Amino acid sequence: MRKTLLEGLTHGPLTEPAPAPDEAALKELAESVERAARARLGRSLSIRQVDAGSCNGCELEIHALANAFYDLERFGLRFVASPRHADVLMITGPVTKNMREALLRTYNATPDPKWVVAIGACAADGGIFAGSYAVEGGVKDVVPVDLHIRGCPPSPTDMLKGLLALLEQTSRKA
Amino acid sequence: MIPPRTHVTEEGWRQATERLATGELTLLGLWADGADVSMAHLDEKTADIGVLTYTCEDGRYPSVGARHPPAIRLERAIASLFGLRADGAPDARPWLDLGFWDVAQPLGKRAPAQAPAPYEFLPAGGECLHQIAVGPVHAGIIEPGHFRFTANGEHVVRLEQRLGYVHKGIEGLMQGASLDRAAKLAGRTSGDSTVAYAFAFAQAAEIALQVEVPAHAVFLRALMAELERIANHFGDIGAICNDATFTLMHAQCGILRERVLRVTHACFGHRLMMDVIVPGGVARDIAPEGAAVLRTLVAEVRKVFPALIELYDSTASLQDRTVTTGVVKPDYARQFGAGGYVGRASGRAFDARRALRYAPYDLLKFDVPVLDAGDVNARVWIRIREVEQSLALIEQILDRLPAGEIIAPLRAKAGEGLALVEAFRGDVLVWLRLDESGRVARCHLRDASWFQWPLLEAAIEGNIVADFPLCNKSFNCSYSGHDA
Repeated sequence: MRKTLLEGLTHGPLTEPAPAPDEAALKELAESVERAARARLGRSLSIRQVDAGSCNGCELEIHALANAFYDLERFGLRFVASPRHADVLMITGPVTKNMREALLRTYNATPDPKWVVAIGACAADGGIFAGSYAVEGGVKDVVPVDLHIRGCPPSPTDMLKGLLALLEQTSRKA
Repeated sequence: MIPPRTHVTEEGWRQATERLATGELTLLGLWADGADVSMAHLDEKTADIGVLTYTCEDGRYPSVGARHPPAIRLERAIASLFGLRADGAPDARPWLDLGFWDVAQPLGKRAPAQAPAPYEFLPAGGECLHQIAVGPVHAGIIEPGHFRFTANGEHVVRLEQRLGYVHKGIEGLMQGASLDRAAKLAGRTSGDSTVAYAFAFAQAAEIALQVEVPAHAVFLRALMAELERIANHFGDIGAICNDATFTLMHAQCGILRERVLRVTHACFGHRLMMDVIVPGGVARDIAPEGAAVLRTLVAEVRKVFPALIELYDSTASLQDRTVTTGVVKPDYARQFGAGGYVGRASGRAFDARRALRYAPYDLLKFDVPVLDAGDVNARVWIRIREVEQSLALIEQILDRLPAGEIIAPLRAKAGEGLALVEAFRGDVLVWLRLDESGRVARCHLRDASWFQWPLLEAAIEGNIVADFPLCNKSFNCSYSGHDA
């Protein structure tokens, strides 16, 4: 174990420079982020992830955000275990009818101010699952969405760009 | 080669059920199509697969689950989705249908949904028992499902799962879909196994259409399947250690997983390799620099991974958590036909690549590691050994990769096909029936998790509640693959 730890100290970090915040995301957020919230939260957001019917592909890439290459926590962004600790809900999936109620309860359990980020093609509009008897067809049909990060699944870099845009907006002094 | 379906009478159905109950045959799948119910079974000694179909009269068929418990959830799902009832079934509660749909039996004779009856969890008797209800929304970044624990202090007396939260109605969306669209849907049944699902779906379609896939494409399919396997095994090994609060392994395995995904992106243009395998072949060839990038990856993993194995094996505090925890008895693994590391860590040597020798695995050399301990530790070790085997397979594939076309043309016609492909967590079964226009008339997708989830209920018994995440992660069953 010592050898592995020492190597971690002596070798350079794998962490890559931050990508620029996504322009489209900045635009989408400009309308939804409120001034009061910006002052209160600063550059630190707690994220609660909710799978509302995803195929688990998005979850794999959300997990990757925490690895040494992307290192999400360096930006003050961290995943938390309860919606009651969260500022941001990161929601995946086309919202199955079976998850609708659980998603609403999670949303209601998250204190204000809060933001909702819909991750992936099916969270945007149901994607390939749209039209099924078992899905609602997009997160925005169930809870208000502040930011969409599209892709099937979006890459960790795409997600990082979107989340950095969210940080920019929440911390920008008006 | 898998023979065509045999239509049987009630007597034939009961005889097959009896052979499942005595352990002579293993249940591979049980599904419905209109008024028909079909079962696929395996003779493990000869690796022969049989498919039987019974046509229901008045929407009823003789229960398989009454004699063979692995069929119980499959029968409950058939009742919820198709409205066909298993006569004599031991459990009549719905499955997958949690009472939120607008329609009842959406794939059978549709009817307006009724207000659901309260769901009764199975009882547990004894002094000082309490219940812990967990989910569907869990604490980590994982899929949703409900776990009902009954515990005595820290010790779990009973766990009962309630699943179906991520049911998307994939088999419903498949009906009438073009092959292209259906292949995409199959590839999104369980995102972590997108290659395996696309592989199995493509095989089933090619059997139905009697198409020969170019050898170049066949080898690329196996290459992607092995890359998917090692990426997931790295993720799992790290995550299991993380659930034993040993984060160093998690960080190191996370690096290896990311390296694999970057290589898959470089080779096939998508980190998870979604939609690359299509009926007829593959949609895109490997990038020109692919072979070189892959050889570098294999060398890098061979350099780094042994030190991590050593770290896992020599850290007493970690071993203390994984050894003897969450034991799956070999008898259960055999009875349920548990695939993947769950089965192979409990003495069941089945691996679809070896048993069915589907191309190109008939030309490749590899071992199927098997252990008997059945605990979390054994499931970790199976993954470790399989990573080593997959690396060797990747090298063999690169050495032997034949030149040629990537896809064969398809001609629309009616037909049926069944395929079994080894995903990282176990065998995926796809049964497909095409109509004359070449569109999907019916497709059934059976994840390995169907026969693993019930064993998790048994494995946790007598363990402490705090070890549940560890046991659960060592299984890493797919919620989406199961719920579909």
